[in-house]
Amino acid sequence: MTDRVAGPGREAAADVVIVGAGVVGTAIARTLAAYQLDVVLADAAPDVGTGTSKANTAILHTGFDAKPGTLESRLLARGSALLRPYAAAAGIPVERTGALLVAWTDEQEAALPGIADNARRNGYQAVRPVRASDLYAREPRLGPGARGALEIPDESIICPWTTPLAFATEAVQAGVRLLLSAQVTGLSQADGGHQVTTTRGPVRARWVVNAAGLGSDVVDAMFGGNGFTIRPRRGQLIVYDKLARPLLGSILLPVPTARTKGVLVAPTVYGNVLLGPTAEDIGSRTDTGTTADGLAALLAAGRRILPGLADEEVTSTYAGLRAATEHADYQVYVDAGQRYACAGGIRSTGLSASLGIAEYLVAEMEQAGLTLRPRAGAPARPPVMPSIGEASLRPYQDAGRIAADPGYGEIVCHCERVTRGEIRDALASPVPAVELGGLRRRTRATNGRCQGFYCGARVAALLAERP
Amino acid sequence: MTSAAEMNAAARDVDVLVVGAGPAGLSAARELRRLGAGTVLVADRETEAGGVPRHSWHTGYGLRDLHRVMTGPAYARALAGAAAAAGAELRTGTTVTGLETTLDGTQLAELTSPDGLQVVRAGMVLLATGCRERPRAARLVPGDRPAGVLTTGELQQRVYLGRERRPGRALVVGAEHVSFSAAVTLAHAGAEVVALVTEYERQQSYAAFRLGAAVRWRIPVWTSARISRVTGRGRLDGVEVTDTRTGTTRFVPCETVVFTADWIPDHELARRADLVIDPGTRGPAVDTALATSAPGVFAAGNLVHAAETADIAALSGRHAAQSIAAALAGGAVGPEAAGREAAGGAGPVPVLVAPPLGWISPNVVTSAVPPPLGRFVLRSQAFRQATRLEARQDGRLLARTRPHRLVPGRPVHLTADWLEQVRPDGGPVWVVTAG
Repeated sequence: MTDRVAGPGREAAADVVIVGAGVVGTAIARTLAAYQLDVVLADAAPDVGTGTSKANTAILHTGFDAKPGTLESRLLARGSALLRPYAAAAGIPVERTGALLVAWTDEQEAALPGIADNARRNGYQAVRPVRASDLYAREPRLGPGARGALEIPDESIICPWTTPLAFATEAVQAGVRLLLSAQVTGLSQADGGHQVTTTRGPVRARWVVNAAGLGSDVVDAMFGGNGFTIRPRRGQLIVYDKLARPLLGSILLPVPTARTKGVLVAPTVYGNVLLGPTAEDIGSRTDTGTTADGLAALLAAGRRILPGLADEEVTSTYAGLRAATEHADYQVYVDAGQRYACAGGIRSTGLSASLGIAEYLVAEMEQAGLTLRPRAGAPARPPVMPSIGEASLRPYQDAGRIAADPGYGEIVCHCERVTRGEIRDALASPVPAVELGGLRRRTRATNGRCQGFYCGARVAALLAERP
Repeated sequence: MTSAAEMNAAARDVDVLVVGAGPAGLSAARELRRLGAGTVLVADRETEAGGVPRHSWHTGYGLRDLHRVMTGPAYARALAGAAAAAGAELRTGTTVTGLETTLDGTQLAELTSPDGLQVVRAGMVLLATGCRERPRAARLVPGDRPAGVLTTGELQQRVYLGRERRPGRALVVGAEHVSFSAAVTLAHAGAEVVALVTEYERQQSYAAFRLGAAVRWRIPVWTSARISRVTGRGRLDGVEVTDTRTGTTRFVPCETVVFTADWIPDHELARRADLVIDPGTRGPAVDTALATSAPGVFAAGNLVHAAETADIAALSGRHAAQSIAAALAGGAVGPEAAGREAAGGAGPVPVLVAPPLGWISPNVVTSAVPPPLGRFVLRSQAFRQATRLEARQDGRLLARTRPHRLVPGRPVHLTADWLEQVRPDGGPVWVVTAG
C-alpha cells in the first residue's frame, strides 16, 4: 500500500518526482495531487517526516518575527493562514495558546517596540504589549524579574508528526506513489527527462522537486548548484512530564538580542511542557545527539523562566537539526530549463510555512511550463487523521467509540493512554507505521514518562504482529 | 462525554475502591474483606493482577507476609487468588483515569476499560499504584536515542513474558538489589553482562543475592562510574563510561544497557487528585495510618515508599486496610483522628529528613496509631558507617537509635515508639543522622 510504485522496470516516466518526504515535500505532494499528474514522493527513510520535521519546537508560527520583505516572511504568513483551517479539517492537533515574548533585561525590554513594529511590517497586527503586573496575573508561575512582554495571540502549538502524515495520506489517497527507504544517489538525463537513481532503483520523471531538507544542497548540486550550502544547526530540547503542564498557559518566547538567542518554554498538544532549543552550528548532518552541556544550559534557562520545572520529572530529551544555510532567506526557486524546482534552506519555519511553500512552488512550476489540470470529480479533501492531542476527546474517553469497538477501551500505553485500537489503526493506515518510531509519532505509544517500563514489551509485540 | 449527572446516575457503588492490584492492593483487598469492610473493588490497568512480581522470576517472594518463599509469578497468583477468594472483585484491564471527592465526602472515580466508561462511587479509596524506575531520559543521560536502552521493568517483560532473546554485550546501570536481578535476567536472555556500573564507591546489594548473581556469571561491578553518553543510530553501538574520580572516559561497546532502580512512585492519580505530595518520597504524604491529606483516601505500598520489597508493600496494604476498616466502622483515623479542630487548628505534623537521608515513610503524624510493622522506613543517599538516627521536634529529642550502617537503596528503620510525645501544635519532626 505504501510503496505504490513500480520497480526499475516501469515504462512510463512520472510527471514529477519529489525528493524528500518531510513536511515540505509532503505538502508539495498533496498540492500536486489535486492535478492530473503522476507524482512520486521519495525519501531515504522508511517513513515520512523523519528529519527536521519530527524534532522541532512544534509551534505554528504567525511569522511576526520574520524579516519583512523576505520570501520566508511571505510564505510563513500564507502557510500559517492555510494550515490553520487545514489542521482543523484534518484533525491535526492545534491549540491557540498565544505566545508571550518575555523581556528579562533592560536591553530586551527596549527591544520590544521594535519587535512589535516588525510584526506589523510582516502584516501581523494583533501583537500588543503586556505590563509586568498583567504578565504575572496571566502566568503566575513565571520566574521573578520579568519586565514586561509582547503578546502574540495567534501563536499556536501543533502536532509536528500528524502534519506531514496528513499531507502524505491525502497525497497517497489521491494517487501519489510513495517510495520510502529510497535514498537518492544520482541523477542523469534520458529521453528528454530526468532519471533519479535511488537505493531502490531508478525513477524517471519530467520534473524533479528538491525538498531534501538537510540534503537539499546535495540534490541542488546535481542540477549545477545555485550557491547554497546546508550548515546544520542543532537544537536540543527537554520534554517535561504532563504534571508540569499547569505551570504555564501560553508559549513563553525569549526576546532575541544581539548577544543571545534564548530558549522558549511551550506547552505541547500532548499535554507536556517543552524547553529549548539550543542553537549550535555543527558540521554533521546526522548528529542528533544531546550533550551534557546543552542539557545543562537548558535546565539553567528553564529554572529562570519557570522555576517550578525544577521539581518536575523529565520525560524525554531530543535534538533536531535545522537546515540553515549561509543565506538569511529560503532557497525556493524554479529552473524552467532543467525542469527543476527547489525548496531548500527551510530552516526552522518549515512546519508553519509548508502549505505556503507548496502553493508558491507549484505556481512557479506552472509558470515554467508544468501543465496543471484539476482532477476530475470532487476536489480532494483533507483526510481525517487520528486525533492524538489532548484538546480533543481521546478514544479512551469516548464511550461511543468504545461501545462500537472495545479496542478503544483497552489502554496499552498507560502514561499516554494509547489504546490497542489506535495502535492497530496506525499499523493499517494508508501510510502505516513500520517501526517503533513511526508508531510513536502516530499514536504517542511509549512516549510517556515511563518510556516503556510498563508498555514497551507489549507495544513491541503488537508491532511485530503488524499485517 | 456523558454529563456529570448521567455519570452519577450510572455510577456503581462500592464501600472501598482499591486502585492497583499489586502486592499492596491485593493484600489490602483481602484484609478489607476479612475485616468485613463490605464491597471491595480492585481495579488494575494491566491485563493480569499481581503487579511487578508477575514478571520477576527469581525466588524470595512472600517471606514476611505469607511466611513462605516463592517466585514472583507464583506470589502474584497467590495474592490475587487470596483476594478473590475473600470476596474482593478484581477488574483488570481497567484504568482509573480520574478521582475526586464530592461535597458529601464520597469518592468518585472514573474508569476506562473495554467494557466502556464507568463511574465508581466509593466510601473510601486506597491508592496502591506502585512505582517504576526512572528511565534514561529522566536521568538526563545525553547522546543518541537508539533502541536497546531499557529499564528493568521493560527488560523483564520482554524476556519473561515476551520470551525475547538479547544476545550480545550488556551493561547494567546501578548496583543494588534490582540491578543484580536485571543482570540475571539478561544472562537468562543470552546476553553477556559486561558489568554493573554505579556512581557509588561500592555496590549496595545483599551479599547472598550478589554472590548468587555475580559469582555465577562472574559479573564485575564498576564503582565510581557513570554512563555519560549513549551512542548508536537505530541500534545501540555502546556507551561512554566516565570515571567520576578522575573524569576520564572510555567507550564500551554493547547492544543493551539497562537503567535500574532510581525509583519514582506512580503518583499521577494522587497528584491529579491534588493530594499533598511528600517532597522526599514524591508519593502522597501519609500518616501512620496511611491516610493521605484527602479524607477517605489512603495510600499504601511502593506508592508511599519506592521501592521496598513486595512483602513489605503487601504488609503496608494490609495496614492501610485495617485503618480503612476502622474508619468505615466509625473509628476516626487519619487527619480527623489528629483532632485538628479540637487542638485549636493545629495541623498534621510533617516528619522531615535532612541529608544524607533522602526520605522517610510514613511522613506525617496525626495520631499515635503505629505505622506498618511499628516502624518508619527511611532511605539514605550516601554510605555511612555506625550512624545513629535522631528524631526531634522543636529541638526536643523524641528518639535516638542504635548505630546503623546506611547504604543507598537499602532500608533503614526507626521504631515508632515516640508518637505519643509529638505535640500536635508543634513544628515538624526532623529525623537526622547524629554521629
